[in-house]
Amino acid sequence: MVSVVVVSAYGLANLGRNAELPADIRPLVAGTLGLFFFIHIAVRRLAFAADPVLVPTALLLNGIGYVMIARLGSDVEGGGDLAGLQSLWTGVGVAAFVMTLVLVPRARELAGYRYLLGLAGIVLLALPLVPRIGVDIRGARIWVSLGPVNFQPGEFAKIALAIFFAGYLVESRELIRNRIELRDLAPIAAAWVASVGIMVFERDLGSSLLFFALFVVLMWVATERWSFLALGLLLFVGGAVVSWRLFEHVQSRFDAWLDPFADFEGGGYQIAQASFSLAEGGLTGTGLGRGDPDRVPIAESDFIFSAIGEELGLAGATAILMAFVVIVGSGLRIAIRATRPFEKLLAVGLTTLIGLQAFIIIGGVIRLVPLTGITLPFVSYGGSALVTNYIVLALLVRLSHEQRASPPATAR
Amino acid sequence: MNRRIRQLGIGVLVLYVLLFAQLNRVQLLNSQELRTDPLNVRPLLREFGRPRGEILSADGVVLARSVATAPDSDIDYLRRYPTGERFAHIVGFQSFNQGSFGLERSFNDELAGERFSQQFQSPADLFGDRDSTGNLLLTLRDDVQRAAAAALGQRRGSVVALDPSTGEIVAMWTYPSFDPNLLSGLDGPAVNAAYEDLSNDPDQPLLAKSFREVFFPGSTFKIITAAAGVESGSVSPSTPVFGESEEYQPLPSGSPIRNFADSQCGGDLREVLRVSCNTAFAEMGAEWIGPQVMVRTAENFGFNDTVPFDVPGAVASRFPTDYGKFLADVEYYRGRDAASGALPNGETPIHEGSAILAQTAIGQNDVASTPLQMALVAAAVANQGVLMVPHVVAEVTAADGTNYETTEPEVWRIAASPQVAEVLREAMLHVVADGTARSMAVPGLVVGGKTGTAQLGTDPPNSHAWVVGFAGRPGDAATLAVAVIVEAQPGADEQTGGRVAAPIAQAVIQAAFHAESQQQLAPNDGA
Repeated sequence: MVSVVVVSAYGLANLGRNAELPADIRPLVAGTLGLFFFIHIAVRRLAFAADPVLVPTALLLNGIGYVMIARLGSDVEGGGDLAGLQSLWTGVGVAAFVMTLVLVPRARELAGYRYLLGLAGIVLLALPLVPRIGVDIRGARIWVSLGPVNFQPGEFAKIALAIFFAGYLVESRELIRNRIELRDLAPIAAAWVASVGIMVFERDLGSSLLFFALFVVLMWVATERWSFLALGLLLFVGGAVVSWRLFEHVQSRFDAWLDPFADFEGGGYQIAQASFSLAEGGLTGTGLGRGDPDRVPIAESDFIFSAIGEELGLAGATAILMAFVVIVGSGLRIAIRATRPFEKLLAVGLTTLIGLQAFIIIGGVIRLVPLTGITLPFVSYGGSALVTNYIVLALLVRLSHEQRASPPATAR
Repeated sequence: MNRRIRQLGIGVLVLYVLLFAQLNRVQLLNSQELRTDPLNVRPLLREFGRPRGEILSADGVVLARSVATAPDSDIDYLRRYPTGERFAHIVGFQSFNQGSFGLERSFNDELAGERFSQQFQSPADLFGDRDSTGNLLLTLRDDVQRAAAAALGQRRGSVVALDPSTGEIVAMWTYPSFDPNLLSGLDGPAVNAAYEDLSNDPDQPLLAKSFREVFFPGSTFKIITAAAGVESGSVSPSTPVFGESEEYQPLPSGSPIRNFADSQCGGDLREVLRVSCNTAFAEMGAEWIGPQVMVRTAENFGFNDTVPFDVPGAVASRFPTDYGKFLADVEYYRGRDAASGALPNGETPIHEGSAILAQTAIGQNDVASTPLQMALVAAAVANQGVLMVPHVVAEVTAADGTNYETTEPEVWRIAASPQVAEVLREAMLHVVADGTARSMAVPGLVVGGKTGTAQLGTDPPNSHAWVVGFAGRPGDAATLAVAVIVEAQPGADEQTGGRVAAPIAQAVIQAAFHAESQQQLAPNDGA
């Protein structure tokens, strides 16, 4: 079903541009069907009882993203190989998905590696700061270049840290819950410092915000104390105000959000173009391949949502929103059904990662919140992000399978 | 924990509902505003991505057309203007860098085929991809426009000619003009530089002065003063007879108004119009007519209102409206009914500003008019006092000739009654036959007119030379009204308008009627 949608969309996009069916549609049909069949078999064999909605929804997002990237690549100069790379990364992502299912037969075993993973997360986060291998791209230092391979270690750090947070909080939540001492606040303070650090040294506002939100949400769910949510919000506001005062790039993001047209030639250009692009789309869109979405810089990555909004309209953009709501719904259902606290928190953490990340970037593109550059999960171009998202998906599938395969006796 | 997880779910859902709401705002609610934002180049690219319709003169000359560019250009089609600067002020231009002007702007939707009526001519259009672009067929004639440009030559000025009974503009020329091809090219920096040069030129070649700039109308305004006098009932062709005088001393006080070259003049309406007698018209305005009727008549002729015109940017002509309070204690005698002390029309003329009225009545002080407006004054006189809406677009047609839209003649306002118009018409015929506008006469045609010399300075003497008038075949209503202004000419006597401007009007009338007579003669050739 999903593969039909994706292949038709690809065909239409090319029809819209060149008025003929693309020559490479047969490999695409075969590739898409093959990939989807493969992932289906893998799930059937390795996690047969898992939620049946999660994987197709993610594949749909991936597919629409691929069509958009292929369509954009044909307009962008030197962008011809974007689609090829993205399909390669999709393959790698699916492989990572299967590998994860194979390597993690029982999710709770991950809890044992929490400190190792926590450390790995920090190291991965800090890796771009290492001289010689860290690379600056578009003002953010979040890339690592090892020989021919460029990747964003921060993406993988997300999973590691989500596992670490879940494990750590299960261990210490009783403590934190019963009596608040200064040292119990140390971890949240550390998370705050770390996220601010990312922002300052790597200029990656999106990831910084995401990590911080992830930790606050997990603290709040684990301890069931509203005070942590309040404290988190307070720290967020404080951090925002301080960084607004101190850092010009934070200020310019804020200005571009309030009025992108004021500094049209400068900081507001991308958001203003995204607004024009979305407005062009209207209710039903210009049709795939018939719009002009590459007028928005980086439309294939952070701003892919505006491209979808332009060519598929409000209808298509809403479908994307719905897909994320479905994923978040499934993820949280898995969390509620899980019997052990670690699984619960892990499911919450992973779901929050995807749901919140999508919110942050979509909200930034459509000017609901200030823009913080981050990819749209499964949809945007980018290898590290795609592979990471497939691993997250695999973990959720694993969790889902476990609880369904052995119905809990004492579910509540 | 489950309660918190459910609350988290609700929280995330709320965030996504916010996203959905904002998406609706951007894509539906505010989309029109964003699409037409001047910073948005999408509409522009869309416009330049396909050919537009042609703009054609009434005699079939192509004034604007789209040509395909080299295959690898940023834009696919460019506008070219084969007649160069001759129609630049009307047709305008469509420039990728500088936006659109003139008809290219005001008729953009018709040219691009974006009107609903163009896109859906029949139910079959729902399925086919028919060329919906529209061609503009203008009322302007290339032969008359050429004659106007040739007659004016290298002198700054404007010529407007129109059909009084329909409002169709036949010629509309301002010198200096500009070449729109310089602004519609592909080379962005060159276009911008050309635009810069044209904008900085002190002669303002980009400005269509024929309808976008106002000038002192001088004595041509006396037509309106005469109309006000006759309309009010205080002036008739035979009475009053203005005494021969050299100067007029306005009431209650003010500097005297003198005739050109300190000459003496006077007489009845026809005579004072024939010789363009300042003293008589100053007195007529201030003491026989009064401010209320003067202002009302000027506004009936179109002053103090923007002319409804299909080329964008027309400006309003001015006639001052504030002449202060009525002065009951000023002694004066002229025009008053001996028994009742009131004017025949019940008006009470002497006001604080009557000295100013004496000046505005002869087209001086703060009176200012576009050449188009003065042509409309002549047109109203020739059309029994009815002022038609001026227009240059006759028809919008499809590429295959199908008619999309036709401009129907429309009344703008009633300037004067038919009786008043007839008095003025007769008086203006006299001005051409035996007055200051003699060099406007064309043998075989009935021509009426009025000259004007609006003094700008006396050292050295220079002035705007004006003439307005109308022409028709004997026995028929006039079919052409003309206004000509030649700006800032040396010389400041009343003959300047007749000497400088009238021959240009004559050339335009000849051109307009010459082609027509050829058409009429053609069938008889064999006989």
